[in-house]
Amino acid sequence: MSNTTATTEQLADLSATTLLRFATAGSVDDGKSTLVGRLLHDSKSVLSDQLEAVERVSASRGADAPDLALLTDGLRAEREQGITIDVAYRYFATARRRFILADTPGHVQYTRNMVTGASTADLAVVLVDARNGVIEQTRRHAAVAALLRVPHVVLAVNKMDLVAYEERVFAEIAEEFTAYARELGVPEITAIPISALAGDNVVEPSSNMDWYGGPTVLEHLETVPVSHDLTSCHARLPVQYVIRPQTAEHPDYRGYAGQIAAGTFRVGESVTVLPSGRTSKITGIDLLGKAVDVAWTPQSITLLLEDDIDISRGDLIVPSGDTPPTTQDIEATVCHVADTPLNVGQRVLLKHTTRTVKAIVKEIPSRLTLDDLSQHPEPGRLVANDIGRVKVRTAEPLALDSYADSRRTGSFLLIDPADGTTLAAGMAGEAFATAAEEAALAPDDEGWDF
Amino acid sequence: MTTVAAVTGEGTDSPYALSHLDALESEAVHIFREVAGEFERPVILFSGGKDSIVMLHLALKAFAPAAVPFSLLHVDTGHNFPEVIEYRDRAVAEHGLRLHVASVQEYIDAGKLRERPDGTRNPLQTVPLTEKIQSERFDAVFGGGRRDEEKARAKERVFSLRDEFSQWDPRRQRPELWQLYNGRHAPGEHVRVFPLSNWTELDVWQYIAREDIELPQIYFAHEREVFKRSGMWLTAGEWGGPKDDERVETRLIRYRTVGDMSCTGAVDSDATTLDAVIAEIAASRLTERGATRADDKLSEAAMEDRKREGYF
Repeated sequence: MSNTTATTEQLADLSATTLLRFATAGSVDDGKSTLVGRLLHDSKSVLSDQLEAVERVSASRGADAPDLALLTDGLRAEREQGITIDVAYRYFATARRRFILADTPGHVQYTRNMVTGASTADLAVVLVDARNGVIEQTRRHAAVAALLRVPHVVLAVNKMDLVAYEERVFAEIAEEFTAYARELGVPEITAIPISALAGDNVVEPSSNMDWYGGPTVLEHLETVPVSHDLTSCHARLPVQYVIRPQTAEHPDYRGYAGQIAAGTFRVGESVTVLPSGRTSKITGIDLLGKAVDVAWTPQSITLLLEDDIDISRGDLIVPSGDTPPTTQDIEATVCHVADTPLNVGQRVLLKHTTRTVKAIVKEIPSRLTLDDLSQHPEPGRLVANDIGRVKVRTAEPLALDSYADSRRTGSFLLIDPADGTTLAAGMAGEAFATAAEEAALAPDDEGWDF
Repeated sequence: MTTVAAVTGEGTDSPYALSHLDALESEAVHIFREVAGEFERPVILFSGGKDSIVMLHLALKAFAPAAVPFSLLHVDTGHNFPEVIEYRDRAVAEHGLRLHVASVQEYIDAGKLRERPDGTRNPLQTVPLTEKIQSERFDAVFGGGRRDEEKARAKERVFSLRDEFSQWDPRRQRPELWQLYNGRHAPGEHVRVFPLSNWTELDVWQYIAREDIELPQIYFAHEREVFKRSGMWLTAGEWGGPKDDERVETRLIRYRTVGDMSCTGAVDSDATTLDAVIAEIAASRLTERGATRADDKLSEAAMEDRKREGYF
């Protein structure tokens, strides 16, 4: 759009907003639906025909007030049972940002759903009931957020109205949760006292809690940084597809298309292609039809190289000075997501970035109990919703980062070759942040101040 | 007094932050390229509506300067808006694409489908669509469905496995983790792919404006002969409206969605430009489907039930 009317400028403002992906986690009665309902409702993302439908159904069931959970429970079975079965994605926006919310059920048996929601989240909201404080389920949610390396965690201490809005109650819960989450290596924790039902500190600041000087939930969601300093990340481009027009106009064009998984790439840079180890130099970067000098994650680009070397889907392009190790023996933490178990000795497919290889489960050294983080040695198998350590041998070498370094090139799926079922979600390397990492992540002086 | 630990910086400060449209575009392109890399016979469902037009635009960008490696499939209800069919044929010719058509009218003429008493042909699309997928052996079928459209759609995966009868079983979906899409399927099965899953109606319009994408004129306000049925303005035409007791009038309207004429309602509007349309949608208190689709009101689970049968 080339004209410069006021409306066009407003449009430009709108499209300059960023996108935040976040996930919610909470036990059954912590008020998660109410919080989600309020965020949607107060950001005017619930439109009148949706609200009317909810009112109509609520009334037909004899309810006095509209049941906001009906806004989010989309399947017949969910409405019949009154519980959320599966991850659902919700969308809302403010003037500052667009939000994609992975709404995940709180039941213990749906750990896989929280793992699914957390896998793409920049932030996780963990809800607790102020009356109950930190319970097993809270620790489970914190552990999943830590395991999936979600960069920001919000502890929403809900139902503050039922504890007389007392600062002491909030402070104790916040302190206990923060200590636990820090131990797991969660890099950033923000605690917010709220009442989703009464609307305190969700969208509007609460006059009932003058002692709280921090942001509301929405304010925090609007301002939390979504991208990190990419210059220090290892640059990674998994090759998705080779673009070769072979037309009169482009007889020699050969571009390596993919979405940058981490870091930045620049024209002129020397690169190495894995697993072959061949090297070349970047002569051009096409950003969806536009030539650029530099590109970064998560842009989808096409790389052009100086040499005509053999590169195909599944290869990984990295800066020559920064190559990940290649290995056929992977040790990882997995969350088992299928209904059929994962056994020692099982033959599987492993999908890592754009590459799928044959693999065999050599060992399952331990199963993790999220409640107390205890390890149960040699369980022999993992069943649905289990989290455990596995050792996998692949038929071909993979250039695998540790999940701690790169969520995208350190993650993989295990797939059943017989019917294509996704069996497990894998994260290479250590399960939780090590003490050294933790020290590096700890903020300088910003402690708690009540 | 503060109770916040380690919150730093503004969300948009980083020079590396992408705008939400760039982020959605990049994600959709990634999905198109995954399908091109992993499937044998993909096809894009193309109705000539705004979502499928945006899909085609994204596919063109994803593979430029090479051609789009997919063909198009239109499920023709026989009750289409002429402007939309004209747009479809022009797009196919301009980009040198191959168009497959699954025709509801042919099925009715051959006695394989029966016209419904309410005259809507929307639910009748499922059989021609699924039979075409089987006969052409398509293994990946792109749809323009968005999760913000409807609550059953909010549960849909980006890669959605369908059995040999094209059925969707919401309780047996593959969890979708990171950006690792699992497209494995047995012979006869296929995968429905939704690259616009995470887009909202407003995102689609803003993207159309940013990319300066041409649309059929029925999306913009124009005078048209319409009549009211079940609270919606329907275009008068040979498809079966108006009936004797329904009165035709000329109104200034536009369409928010494009579908079968018998069940796609128009909205009163004076929005003749993209900016005006965006302003109108941003202020609207009705969802896209709530405002314009009769068939979703049939029951609380109408969309879920149709999707289970193989609808897109």
